[in-house]
Amino acid sequence: MIHASRTAGLTLAVASVFALAACHKKPTPSPEPGVRTGTPVTTTTVSGPNTDSIRRAEEDEARRRTEEANRRRADSIAAAEAAGRNAGAARAALTATIHFEYDQSDLRAEDRAILDAKVPILQANPGVMITIQGHTDERGSDEYNLALGQRRAATVKRYLVDHGVAESRLQTITFGEERPVAQGSTEAAFAQNRRAEFEITAGGQNLRARP
Amino acid sequence: MTRLIRALALVAISAATLVGRRASAQDTTYRGITLVGTYDPTSKFGVVILPVAGAFGDSIRTIVQRDLDYSDRFTILELGTGDPATLRGASGSGLNYSLFSKMNAVAAVEIISVGNGLHVALHDVAKSQVINVGEFPVPPTAPGRDWRLAVHRVSDEIQRWVTGELGIAATRIAYVRGTGDAAAMRVIDSDGANEVTVPTDACGLSPSWNPRGTMIAYTTCGGNSRLLVIDVATSRSRVLAGPLRNIAFSTPVFTSDGNSIIFARSGDAGTDLYQIGANGGDTPRRLTLGRGVENSQPTMSPDGRRIVYVGNSLGRPELYIMDSDGTNVEVLTNYEDSERNYRSDPDWSPDNRLIAYTERLNGRFQVRTVNPSGSAPKYRTSEGENEQPSWAPDGRHLLFTSTRTGVRQLWVLDIETNRFRQLTQSSGSRLGAWSPRLTEP
Repeated sequence: MIHASRTAGLTLAVASVFALAACHKKPTPSPEPGVRTGTPVTTTTVSGPNTDSIRRAEEDEARRRTEEANRRRADSIAAAEAAGRNAGAARAALTATIHFEYDQSDLRAEDRAILDAKVPILQANPGVMITIQGHTDERGSDEYNLALGQRRAATVKRYLVDHGVAESRLQTITFGEERPVAQGSTEAAFAQNRRAEFEITAGGQNLRARP
Repeated sequence: MTRLIRALALVAISAATLVGRRASAQDTTYRGITLVGTYDPTSKFGVVILPVAGAFGDSIRTIVQRDLDYSDRFTILELGTGDPATLRGASGSGLNYSLFSKMNAVAAVEIISVGNGLHVALHDVAKSQVINVGEFPVPPTAPGRDWRLAVHRVSDEIQRWVTGELGIAATRIAYVRGTGDAAAMRVIDSDGANEVTVPTDACGLSPSWNPRGTMIAYTTCGGNSRLLVIDVATSRSRVLAGPLRNIAFSTPVFTSDGNSIIFARSGDAGTDLYQIGANGGDTPRRLTLGRGVENSQPTMSPDGRRIVYVGNSLGRPELYIMDSDGTNVEVLTNYEDSERNYRSDPDWSPDNRLIAYTERLNGRFQVRTVNPSGSAPKYRTSEGENEQPSWAPDGRHLLFTSTRTGVRQLWVLDIETNRFRQLTQSSGSRLGAWSPRLTEP
């Protein structure tokens, strides 16, 4: 769901960039064919009733060229931004943290969705290697929590492997309760700290969002 | 520490040899004539430590007084500030026993600096006579670490002369302060003094002493998790296992004979206990067959025949007991059976009487003890949260973490007298491991 809505958002964003570029391009009168293809005209040697129209045509041409350059520039910026957003979105999805219940390593539905979003990105970027870090909250045995953290990481790895990711691309480690992200002894802090984090250890440049 | 159960093989204290008494190689209990006869562990004896003349005399007296106080077997009787001559008997030899008797002292201790050591005399106040003397080598490095340890040994022998039980002052405690990459391993004397930082690899956790007190095993968390052993004298670490991809090492303990290390190894198939030679080199041998569950935190019986550990086959951490080869597995804590149970951090006492562990009670963690048979569980703490118990070599003092002052610190409880004392003054202290009695250097 999250992945689908992100893609929809991206599509909208790209479309709106094009729409904006179109707005910037004002309707330009077509220059006279004779003026464009004929011998260079110098205003100093020409006088009479045609002079003003020639100058106007030249100004129109200059404006048209400037606008064309601006449009190309905007298009290329938009394309680069869209690609960057794709890579950024892919990175965000790949490294999105998932969470666990107290003393549990089972994957909750919402966290399976977060893992599901990682699968196509991993498939689109075969050079990417991921380290899965298992973490726990501070309650309970510091030492038992090391084993619990490893179990959480292993559970996540199993899920991704079952969904087609090569096992060799996923490494598991545990920090137990050694690296809390939220300080304090509140349930809110505990809930944030019971987690698996994802670190891209190789192939993280120019991520593609889709195969 | 006592997470491992060391063999009781204890090198006879040199002082005991000097006075012509041999400490048993198998037992720390003194078989000579003690001042108090049959010793009741809950009773305390009034003792006077006479002023000590010479360089560092005040330090020696202060250390011995504090050690005897921390033994929870003595009441230290302070002398007034009167004329030191009043401490002597009228004849010039002997002591003013009637004065000490009025103070309710049963014993008076004289310490005299001699040559390369200390001459110590124990006076029986009731009998008005010296009943024991000893000479204790002390290095000329006052007030350095070895010197302090030597003075602690004097305290321990005085305790043995009076009660028959060797003291635990000449021990150290390894612990971890801070978490994650900021975690640092430290070692302090049993009285909290003399702190040194032991250089470990990043995220070094779970220190555990060998039975001689010369080595500390530990593991590292995070990437490149490893099992290492550090030589306490040289601070040199040696890798015994790891790093291995997708594998985390944790909770090492030496076996009672000191020849092996039992540790937890976590991987894709859960966490199991393994055994490896303390010198490394051999292939680790698996002791438990978890099949996807966690088996961690081993502690061995003093005789080396049984292992208690934490397992979660029941869906929650409980204590299990098995033979040291991994057979005959049973739940040890099968009382008050509940899905809400959370039991961890076991440590088998060196005297084989009790297993201390952490248990959740009403949402808070407390230290509890249980017999090795699984009977007579007893809560030992109630104030704040109290975890990670580690026995002293005497089997009556327990080191543990407590939040009773608001921050996590190491505390010591005497289970005979129920006296608590704060050991560390640095917040975030944890994973304490009490050394065996230190006979080296």
